[in-house]
Amino acid sequence: MLQIHYFASVREAMGREREQVDLPPDVASVAELIPYLRSRDSAFARMFAEHETLLAAVNQTVAGNERAIADGDEIAFFPPMSGG
Amino acid sequence: MVHVSVRAEDFDVGGEYRRLCADAPGAGAVITFSGLVRDYYDPGDGERVRELRLEHYPGMTEKSIREIIARAESRWNLLAVRVIHRVGTLRPGDRIVFAGVAAHHRGEAFAAADFIMDYLKSEAPFWKKQFTESGGEWIATRHSDAKSLERWRETAD
Repeated sequence: MLQIHYFASVREAMGREREQVDLPPDVASVAELIPYLRSRDSAFARMFAEHETLLAAVNQTVAGNERAIADGDEIAFFPPMSGG
Repeated sequence: MVHVSVRAEDFDVGGEYRRLCADAPGAGAVITFSGLVRDYYDPGDGERVRELRLEHYPGMTEKSIREIIARAESRWNLLAVRVIHRVGTLRPGDRIVFAGVAAHHRGEAFAAADFIMDYLKSEAPFWKKQFTESGGEWIATRHSDAKSLERWRETAD
């Protein structure tokens, strides 16, 4: 089971803050997770299309596409940050 | 000595300055920066900001600010650093962020405060939504902020 969190414009597009997703056996990286989520959920597909730049974090650290993921991980999707 | 706080409450610049001084005996320079909510985002577009809502990623936010400070500490000899970032609903004129640095000399204190602010804008998980008369809009990373970061890459160790 993955804990997935959504923030800012991504949260609004998804219509939820977080959800739990069963990790399919053939998904082992962020790059593999994204197409899986796009195919299972039209809200995710729409959100992905609307965001020119989508960032991901794995276990609260910003992660590139190649970052491995494992059962129990906390994944987050969000737009570029705008603090300060 | 490093202090990081992410919170809704306001801060007092004088109190933060005194805490920095107390944390850094022997410091020759204390730089304090405070950022305020502007009443416009892009000058000239005519729309006044009514409020700003700041969202963050609890758990990751403080950790990423501490990482930015650790990077600054590896570049400059710093005696104390304090960073406060507010979240929630803010209005024009409200204080939003504080960065204070104490060091032996002003050059390293100025540079480190500037470095911390540049990275806070793009690497700490905060997102701003501004509300004007015509509605709400998420603020994207500014081109000028991205350019500002380039300065530190050129001199990266």
